[in-house]
Amino acid sequence: MAVTAQSSDVPFEHLLRELTPQVLGIVVRRFHDFAAAEDAVQEASIAAAIQWPRDGIPENPRSWLTQVAFRKMADHIRSESARRRRETEVAGETRASEPAFDASPQEDDTLVLLFMCCHPALTPASAIALTLRAVGGLTTAEIAYAFLVPEATMAQRISRAKQSIKESGIPFQLPTSQERGQRLGSVLHVLYLIFNEGYTTSAGPRLRRADLSREAIRLARTVHTLQPNDTEVAGLLALMLLTDARRRARTGANDELIPLAQQDRGLWDREQITEGVALLSAALRKASVGPYQLQAAIAAVHDEAARAQDTDWPQILALYELLKRMSDNPMVTLNHAIAAAMVHGARKGLDLLDDLRGDPRLANHHRLDAVRAHLLEMAGESLAAAKHYRAAAGKTGNLPERNYLLMQAARLTTLTDSGY
Amino acid sequence: MKYILMMNGTQANFDSYAKWSKQDIEANVAFMRNFRQELHDSGVFVDTKELAWPQEAKFVRSGADGEPITDGVFPESKEFLAGYWIVDVGSAEQAYKIAARVSAAPGPGGKPANMPIEVRQVLGSHGDLGL
Repeated sequence: MAVTAQSSDVPFEHLLRELTPQVLGIVVRRFHDFAAAEDAVQEASIAAAIQWPRDGIPENPRSWLTQVAFRKMADHIRSESARRRRETEVAGETRASEPAFDASPQEDDTLVLLFMCCHPALTPASAIALTLRAVGGLTTAEIAYAFLVPEATMAQRISRAKQSIKESGIPFQLPTSQERGQRLGSVLHVLYLIFNEGYTTSAGPRLRRADLSREAIRLARTVHTLQPNDTEVAGLLALMLLTDARRRARTGANDELIPLAQQDRGLWDREQITEGVALLSAALRKASVGPYQLQAAIAAVHDEAARAQDTDWPQILALYELLKRMSDNPMVTLNHAIAAAMVHGARKGLDLLDDLRGDPRLANHHRLDAVRAHLLEMAGESLAAAKHYRAAAGKTGNLPERNYLLMQAARLTTLTDSGY
Repeated sequence: MKYILMMNGTQANFDSYAKWSKQDIEANVAFMRNFRQELHDSGVFVDTKELAWPQEAKFVRSGADGEPITDGVFPESKEFLAGYWIVDVGSAEQAYKIAARVSAAPGPGGKPANMPIEVRQVLGSHGDLGL
């Protein structure tokens, strides 16, 4: 099944995905086996997706799912112990006891699951897949579709991730207060990556992955509900809302990229902007400012400009300066250079780019060429700009972006020497 | 039967494409998008991918210790895969027709670029034998 906007409009699917982490929490606490419990809950969800539309949603859907998952677990334990019996040739009947059904969901279960799925021991790709399945309630097929890989590949990735968790011996409980900050940071990073995967057009000629962004927003909203006082959680949710608000304006009729300055701002989602700004303002009033809040603040400044030329660039420059002090990230330095150019002129921006020369993290990265091209164009050096746009086009791994960069180069050469 | 249609080009071909006019690039991009849609609509589409350009292309061989030995400076005349389509059709002739169609994609000035398209059959598996 495809991850489509329509599918999440079906009420029972909403319900199923909301219940998935709750039921998984109950099953893990009862059986102490995360990997098997996760499989059991996935099977229960698939059973529900088949039966509920046909027979109607049961009166207590959570206990329906829990009972089915418990039964799957009992089957699993029976076949496991049968296998072990065969292996060790131990005689005698060891039946798995039927679990008593007294389980109730615990509020922190979803958070505990997120901490497990986003464990720093996992690769980002594994953590993303596992989070979408165990907490997001997506099927393996849906996740595979969203990442454009075969279902068997995604199934293997998820199963290996669960194996790593098993081997690491992480207990099913909230991290200690010392660990908590860092572990929450990993969770937020994974949600941020899911959002970006949906937002950027990194694979495939068609942009059909807005659903991943929506899913990231849903998960960030859940974390925010569970941790309402954490200002970076609020900052990340605000950043997602403020960025995603521009979704409809980002691409043209033929999926071509439309840069921020040329977007039809009437297509921006005002409601989402209002919500993002309110979240951010509340967070900024509370405590120390973190990088997600700063990025959200930058997005908010863009979103609040009625026209591109009304953008408050000095404000954006000041925010990037703060962000730069907080993180040693060359992408921040690139964006800072653009802001500096908008405030102090293209030369200033180009000088700042020179600081990045030789940074191994940007070696062969198309963004450095793309930004240099943009600033050279601002400085009126059209031919040099075209050269760097082409260099960027040769390096990007993204088809709509390559087309965009080639058009920029072509536009400049057409203007200067009307040909080539 | 499945066939792969491969579009190849030398570094010089890639460089000259990057210097086409805006209109010419737009026309070519639009053609490729429609072509893909046509393949879908006619029920023969299996897969298509465009590759990043070959500046960073490497040939890799295993050294004595199993470590990769990379080779990456290529003569101008070396051809690189730019992208491919896989189609599921009834005959080789149908695959040739589709290849000819994409070879006629517009080039500079809107004239057909006439890029050579390499057509090869993709070998089937047990599943295709109906076993």
